[in-house]
Amino acid sequence: MTSDHETGSVGRVTPETLSVTTPLALDCGKTLPAYDLVYETYGRLNADRSNAVLICHALSGNHHAAGWHAEDDAKPGWWDKCIGPGKMIDTDRFFVVCVANLGAYNGSTGPGSINPETGRHYGPDFPVLTVADWVRSQDVLREHLGISVWVAIVGGSLGGMQVMQWAIDCPDRLRHAVVIASAPKLSAQNIAFNEIARQAIVTDPEFHAGRYYEAGVVPRRGLMLARMLGHITYLSDEAMRAKFGRDLRAGRINYGFDVEFQVESYLRYQGESFVTRFDANTYLLMTKALDYFDPAYATGGNLADAFAPVTARFMVVSFTSDWRFAPARSKEIVDALVDAGKDVAYAEVESDLGHDDFLLTMPHYVKTLRAYLARAAAEVGA
Amino acid sequence: MNTADTPTRNGLRADLALISEWIKPGTRVLDLGCGNGALMAHLKATKQVRGYGLEIDPDNVIASVAAGVNVLQIDLDEGLAQFEDKSFDYVVMSSAIQEVAAPDALIDDMLRIGHDCIVTFPNFAHWRLRLKLALWGVMPASRALPNRWYDTPNIHLCTVHDFEGLCREKHAEIVRRHFVNHAHRAQAAMRLMPNVLGEIALYQLRDRP
Repeated sequence: MTSDHETGSVGRVTPETLSVTTPLALDCGKTLPAYDLVYETYGRLNADRSNAVLICHALSGNHHAAGWHAEDDAKPGWWDKCIGPGKMIDTDRFFVVCVANLGAYNGSTGPGSINPETGRHYGPDFPVLTVADWVRSQDVLREHLGISVWVAIVGGSLGGMQVMQWAIDCPDRLRHAVVIASAPKLSAQNIAFNEIARQAIVTDPEFHAGRYYEAGVVPRRGLMLARMLGHITYLSDEAMRAKFGRDLRAGRINYGFDVEFQVESYLRYQGESFVTRFDANTYLLMTKALDYFDPAYATGGNLADAFAPVTARFMVVSFTSDWRFAPARSKEIVDALVDAGKDVAYAEVESDLGHDDFLLTMPHYVKTLRAYLARAAAEVGA
Repeated sequence: MNTADTPTRNGLRADLALISEWIKPGTRVLDLGCGNGALMAHLKATKQVRGYGLEIDPDNVIASVAAGVNVLQIDLDEGLAQFEDKSFDYVVMSSAIQEVAAPDALIDDMLRIGHDCIVTFPNFAHWRLRLKLALWGVMPASRALPNRWYDTPNIHLCTVHDFEGLCREKHAEIVRRHFVNHAHRAQAAMRLMPNVLGEIALYQLRDRP
């Protein structure tokens, strides 16, 4: 792996695979008898193995968080803007690990993998997973890498939920929890959006009850609609107005139902390109994990009580233009941590784009996290 | 804090050093308008104090994070309803009361949340300010209040008498008070005529049971 300080890129990276043969018991009651975890690492693990940072990915993410797989890749990893030498998550100081969650597409074991019991694709038989299941599987990778404590676990959106779950379930395994643009549980509105996305997929005639792999087709229309809908919720009204306004592709109204406004063209493009790199069953699984996440469920709805076991320090960040997981949702996390008497810092970053702002590099955002992580690094001599 | 020149004591701004002397070790502190986090970092390092600082300015939030302070980027004007009754030993507000939209509501919250409250503010009835207004007929500025009338963040300036009037109205007990000049030094005469000679006032308040 070569890294380049001038570009701040971790350079060329190659995913690794951990094949686990110890069964994983899941919240749904089922067990995964064996599974693969695909992950990437950036930077170098120090001598006392104390500088490891785990990155938890969101709905459409995977293990490829930074760098390039091949010279002719169109895009680097999904969080390349923030991970690299000298960047917000500085690979000169940290050994950064990102693992594709179980059920994710094109990585760890998921619905598109072959079920050893049947010899067929898992498809709809792949168990419904929870955030806590992912944490248990990530903990298996931690053990494999010989890391006793993560100096920090960092995640945005659904990734932030995994960070919270880690801090609750494995308090001794992390020093710092960085939760970005996340929420302590989904609202009814959030679940409603997910349900429409799922309905778009399962009602696509090419879905074949989740067995479309065997039918040799892809539920393109459903997955595309799901992504188009999701994309609207990731962007702020203001950002869409600024980016597209009411601009017309042909410069005039055509009195028809084909693409006329630029925003329509953009959404179709987003939807179509998503279909080529994502799996419909994975989309269903990821949205279910989001819907189910509610660490306070076990404590009668009291989030502060749910945070009682936490020993990690928290850094919570929200973005003012994010309406999918608005700052008020992050404040619920902060308030509960304060009520539980835990260490927490909170920054509310002025932003324009919306939920996707967490992938970008606004100065206030970068400076805050850089300052926070610099202290974390200093604690472990990294 | 708007003081143009800020004297320090043991590396800590002098008014914060005074506040620090009033805070007992091992307590829980909520610092409203914690600035760069200097007081909270000092209390954590020297008195094993735990707690949080609230701050609205992004650069101050970054500085506080860098100082290892539990800083929460929260606007004091939105109220403090999220904090439980008597959940802190001290609620501190240093030179910020004059900048908030509703000082009276904030004092209510402070008395509710804290066992004790520590409030400091620049006394607008200091003789030098009185003289400037009386003789020159202009909005007075001073080393403790350097801004001009049109660009000042200080929208609710008050005097020692005004503040104690509010305390009476709120049935708050004044546990102790202290007055210093702009260099944060106390002089004997200030105790006799605080509303004329005190430039900066420090109060410790408590909710009367």
